[in-house]
This record gives sequence, structure tokens and C-alpha cells, in this order.
Amino acid sequence: MKGMTVIVKTVSSWTKVLIFLFGIYIVLFGHLTPGGGFAGGVILACSYVLLLLAYGREFAEKNLSLGTASKLDCAGSLLFAAIALTGFLYGSASFFYNFIQQEYLAGHNTAFKLVSAGIIPLANIAIGLKVGASLFMIVILLSAFRPEMSGREKE
Amino acid sequence: MWIFYVLLLFMVIACIIAVQTDNLLSSIICVGAVGAIGSLMFLLLYAPDIAITQVVVEVLALVVMLRVTISRDITFITGDREFFGTVTSIVIILIIFLAGIEVFRTLPAFGVPVFSQFSNAASQTYITEGLTKTGAANIVAAIILDYRGYDTLGEAAVLFTSIIGATVILRKETRKQVESAR
Repeated sequence: MKGMTVIVKTVSSWTKVLIFLFGIYIVLFGHLTPGGGFAGGVILACSYVLLLLAYGREFAEKNLSLGTASKLDCAGSLLFAAIALTGFLYGSASFFYNFIQQEYLAGHNTAFKLVSAGIIPLANIAIGLKVGASLFMIVILLSAFRPEMSGREKE
Repeated sequence: MWIFYVLLLFMVIACIIAVQTDNLLSSIICVGAVGAIGSLMFLLLYAPDIAITQVVVEVLALVVMLRVTISRDITFITGDREFFGTVTSIVIILIIFLAGIEVFRTLPAFGVPVFSQFSNAASQTYITEGLTKTGAANIVAAIILDYRGYDTLGEAAVLFTSIIGATVILRKETRKQVESAR
């Protein structure tokens, strides 16, 4: 698919930035406002899906190739598992120990501030990275690999 | 309260159209209407987290389904329904409906959570001590990433495994083809 008309391309070139920014906002403020890692990650993936629909598959893969998306996916998963395991390094050895909140932010009044809640914003970022990259991969795989598959069957 | 019944009526109508229509495109649009109304109901039930997740996942799933439908040659379903299959599904739905009525009779009144009746329930601890213990203003984020972080890790593992499976099944060339091309 070579992409859509020039109207769709122009409008999507403006809106894709806003959608991406909104996704980043939803991920970063997940511990203060509704949203969080999963919803923000899907919005990040949606901005790339808009590129895929408007400009065609080659342009979207030039921006974020399948290899890069897979590396981001693995990096997000590893980051989340590492955050969970870091709790073991501190005194009370427990999985998912909120070490930043309990050790460093305990005495401070950080309620309703951006830097608060310890590991929760970090875990939100990890999950957003993971979900965004993996859902973009799924959309590219499901919607763009059909022509090659049918071409191989013909041979 | 009446708004939920109105939305539910629209949801049921959209579901029936999605099943009954012959055109695949209008069927997909009706599935999208069901998702949009569901998201609106979550919003009216004071669950904005679920509403946001529902609407964005619905958009992504609809895009995939639309791409798959448009790339097909035939977008109309032809042929008649099987009599036996229709009767069986109607009987199963009727049994589930009657069981659901029995279950709903035992529930507390609408708007009164069952956990608010017990002072030592887990949800009461989360609500009263969540902000001071975790520091997260959004109590949903505090629960899913701190109190119940293990569940979220399992969810991430499920998503990761399914992505690996999809990548393996939908790849362009097998490893043998790549090696023989070199």
C-alpha cells in the first residue's frame, strides 16, 4: 500500500505529534491522573499506526523498524523486571519493594507532585515502552505481511 | 441511573446488527460502537482509567480489523444459517441469562460496594492508606504497580509471550530460507 491522498498525509503529519505527546503525558502522569503505562503505550503505538496508514508501510518501517521495535520491547520488559528485583537489594527483602518511596521519599510530603510515588512512574515508563513497541509490531505483522505471504504461496 | 439502561439498549442493538448484517464493514463498525458505548459507561461509573484503556485498545483493534477486511476480496457473507447451531446458541444464551438473573439477585444494591461493609477488607486498606504508603495520588496506579505489582508482571509476561508467538508465526522467511540465500 503506497499511502493515502495528500490531504490525509498533511493532516496526519500535524496530528501524529500531538498524539505522541498525549501518549507521553499519559505515561508520565500515570500516578497522578487517570491513565498509566498500558493506556499511554497503546496511544504511542497509535501514533505510529497513523503513520503506517497514511504514508504506507515502508515509511513507517523507516521510522521505527521491526528490529528496533523488538529491542524496545525487550528493553521495557527488562526494565520492569529490574525495577521489581531491585527491592531485594534493600533491607526488607521483598519482590516489588517500593524502595524509592520507603527509603528516600518517606519523610517528605510529595503528594500530587510529579516526582512522587517512588517506583510507580518508573514502572509506568517501562510498561509504556514495552506495550507501545509490541503493539506497533503486532499491527505491522498482522496488517502488512499478507501480500508477501500470498506471493510465496504462488511460487 | 436511566442513562445506563439507554446505553445498554444501544449496545444490545449494535451487537444484534453486528451479528445479523451481511456486510463485514458495517459489522466491524457496529463492534466499534459497542466498544465506544462501553467506554462511555465506564466513564459514567467513575472508572476513567478503564475508559481510556478501553477506547484506545478498541481503536487499535478496529484499525487491524479494518485493514484485514478491506484487503479481502469478498466482504459479504452469503449462505443461510444452520438450524441446529442457531437453536443451540439460543438455548445456551437463555441458560446463561437465567443464571445471571439468579446471581444478580444476591448482589448488594447498586452503588454500595460489598467491601465497604467490612472495615478490615483489603480495599479499605488501599483507600485509606494508599496515598501515605505509596505516595501515588492515582489509587489505581498504586494498586496495579505497587500492591499488586506481581499481577502486572505476569500480565507483561503474557503480552511478551504472545508477541513472540505472533512474530514467529507471521515472519516473512524461515531461518532455513535465510541461510540458504546467503
